Amino acid sequence: MLRLSLVLGAGALVLAGTGVAVAKTPKKGGILNFAVVAEPPGLDCHAVSTFAFAHPARPHYSTLLKWEGDVSVQKIGGDLATSWDVSKDGLTYTFKLFPNVKFHDGSPMTSEDVKASYERIIDPPPGVISARRALFQVIKDIQTPDPTTVVFKLKSPNASMLTNFASPWNCIYSAAKLKEDPTFPEKTILGTGAFKFVEYVKGSYWRGERFDGYFRENRPYLDGYKAYFVKSNAVVPGMLGGQFDAEFRGRTPKERDQLVAGMKDNALVTEGPWVSNLLFTFNVTRKPFDDVRVRRALTMAIDRYAGSENLSKISVLKYVGGLLRPGYEHARTVEELQKFPGFSKDIEKSRAEAKKLLAEAGASNLKLKLVNRNVAEPYTPGGIYLIDQWRRIGVQAEHTQLETKLYFDAMAQGNFDVLLEFISDFADDPSSQFDKLLTKEKSSRAASGHSDKEMDRLFDLQAAAVDPAEYKTRIRAFEERALNQVYSAPLLWWQRIVVRHKKIQGWDHQNNHFTATDLVNVWLDE
Amino acid sequence: MIGYLVRRLLMVIPTLVGVAVAVFFLIRVMPGDPVVVKLRADGAAVTEETIEAERKRLGLDQPLAVQFKNYMVGLTRLDLGKSLWTGQSVAEEIAIRFPVSLQVAIMATLIAVFIAVPLGTLCAVYQDSWLDNIIRVLAVSGLAIPGFWLGMLIILGLLYFFNWLPKIGYVSIFEDPVTNLVALFWPALSVGYRYAAVVTRMMRSALLEVMREDYIRTARAKGVYERLVTRRHGLRNALLPVVTVVGLEFAFLIGGLVVTEQVFNLNGIGKLFVDATARGDFTLIQGLVLLIATVFVVVNLLVDLLYAALDPRIRLT
Repeated sequence: MLRLSLVLGAGALVLAGTGVAVAKTPKKGGILNFAVVAEPPGLDCHAVSTFAFAHPARPHYSTLLKWEGDVSVQKIGGDLATSWDVSKDGLTYTFKLFPNVKFHDGSPMTSEDVKASYERIIDPPPGVISARRALFQVIKDIQTPDPTTVVFKLKSPNASMLTNFASPWNCIYSAAKLKEDPTFPEKTILGTGAFKFVEYVKGSYWRGERFDGYFRENRPYLDGYKAYFVKSNAVVPGMLGGQFDAEFRGRTPKERDQLVAGMKDNALVTEGPWVSNLLFTFNVTRKPFDDVRVRRALTMAIDRYAGSENLSKISVLKYVGGLLRPGYEHARTVEELQKFPGFSKDIEKSRAEAKKLLAEAGASNLKLKLVNRNVAEPYTPGGIYLIDQWRRIGVQAEHTQLETKLYFDAMAQGNFDVLLEFISDFADDPSSQFDKLLTKEKSSRAASGHSDKEMDRLFDLQAAAVDPAEYKTRIRAFEERALNQVYSAPLLWWQRIVVRHKKIQGWDHQNNHFTATDLVNVWLDE
Repeated sequence: MIGYLVRRLLMVIPTLVGVAVAVFFLIRVMPGDPVVVKLRADGAAVTEETIEAERKRLGLDQPLAVQFKNYMVGLTRLDLGKSLWTGQSVAEEIAIRFPVSLQVAIMATLIAVFIAVPLGTLCAVYQDSWLDNIIRVLAVSGLAIPGFWLGMLIILGLLYFFNWLPKIGYVSIFEDPVTNLVALFWPALSVGYRYAAVVTRMMRSALLEVMREDYIRTARAKGVYERLVTRRHGLRNALLPVVTVVGLEFAFLIGGLVVTEQVFNLNGIGKLFVDATARGDFTLIQGLVLLIATVFVVVNLLVDLLYAALDPRIRLT
């Protein structure tokens, strides 16, 4: 078994196993079979936000930019864009496109198609859903001076703009088709990606085949792929039985061990941090959670380090971190986090302090209701760990796990004392990761109910930063306030464990399960 | 007979209308917003505006009375509406999965009947013998062992002993019968075992009761061979309650194989039902409930017709 551990923030992969990997020459041909543990809710890239769409369908599409490279070297690169330029004031983004790009029906793709696609995202016509519309409202105008140039003019600088352009959901559609029918993408898959759509049998599988007119030379390597829709518990037997060779979302440590034991030398395991975490949010509209001493006490009771060591053996919960993914360039290190409530390594001292704070706040015998999703991994172990840790300071917690729709109902109605939430984004982007910590007026995802406008102000400041040094300072300022006020607090960041057959080469293990899904560089060593 | 059939078929309509109305309103009492689940379940920062737009697109912003009217009008055209989750026709979603569940149900029924009827007869004929005891132990095991657990054991056994699993992905029996039967045999077996257990016990007790009837004693007194007494006089009458049980079990299998379908990763009605419920996909749930109600009604009718065929004393009027 070959196992690659992707070291946080390091510039190189660390290999452990049967030998050092030697760069191989990609081979053409073969069908990649992989599993997807959910089905897409629709066919329109702009409307969905799920890996269940990204894994089977993204290979049919291209975007302006995309994330490339393994997690240790992951960066934004061009997809349709060969190059780009950002003006010094951060208000103009100019992209040069590949020439001679074709849609799968043979029609040419030009800057007009990029413009039409983005206009659809920014201002969807009636009957069209654009899930990320809010992220692009800062775009004032889109210009197409020539067929291979597209220029975006912004109303104000936005530090997340390049990241947003690299969103895996900004699929480029045909302007002509959109003009005929704005809902065209909901019914028909027609992109410029490396693979053409073949068929989708609901509940069963999705097939794609190589597009010979793809704009990148000598790509793709694969003849095609087949994505099998299976339940999560069918992945291990399916891989061991040879039905498919990978599942790209991520497995638990136990499943990894089962696959390694069964596949032996054929198993290739890659692991690394995930832009996903669990965080718990206090309902500050309810007493005593409006008291910052109570919130601090409850976060200080948690031994995140012991949790990291023990929970990482049974679940994907692993990394201790602040509000940004550990390993991200702007994330605080563990040493830097020590000064904030809940991150001290001296847990006994921390808990003693927590009890004191509760007593001061008159909440020594606190009873609370923790609302959680009824999803086994990693919500159940996360919730159980929380109530166990709180018990150590005399807090009685009732752990209620709800079905997804009831959970969102409880969140929307504020029907909780503490809510175990999650963040799952496609990139390290402070604006995305901070979004849940804002006031409800500012963010549709905010659940805490606090009215701290300073948080909103600090958020706007970091979002508008242009200078990199200033950006870091502003990010830190927001995080400092958030970690001290504790409207929400991170529990642990996730580890992404992907097990695949060693014949699958050229696939990038990235820090999330939404990107690196276009299969352009994937090949089979068989 | 024709008149009976027509009357029964006409009775189906008010039954199904009642089911349709009941399920429409009961589902909407369930808490939870399917649109929020659809757009936010993966953690996306979707605005309230987008959620409202999606509600409007799906017609969920309309008053309940309007939604009900549209639904009932659709039913008159046999239009079950569109799935809230995928936007595809509910009838299409069901049509993709129905053949899988139907085939598993048929195969499980065949396994059960071909095993249970002979075994149950043997049990009754050799009552309290070692054979009867062994068969009864097997039958009780079949009732005690959950079908999904047996399914998991089957999968583990196939992997461990043969390093092999049936192919994932449904292939129609008309396209590739061997692959189809090999794939669906195992879930049919795991369900059929329990099914066979139920039918075996029913067959045994029904035949024991019938064999104590006066006309059986008369047949024996007239010197009819015992085998003939059992087969011609006993079995046919004992089959009546067995037919009822087989019918009910079959109807249940159509939508009830939820866990078995999860274990074997079958793209069936049970799996669709679970997914639709978890997502709060009202329209799909409505369609599925109507389908299952229809299956029950049709199976009941067939059972009644079979009764008449088995027992000449029964006249359908």
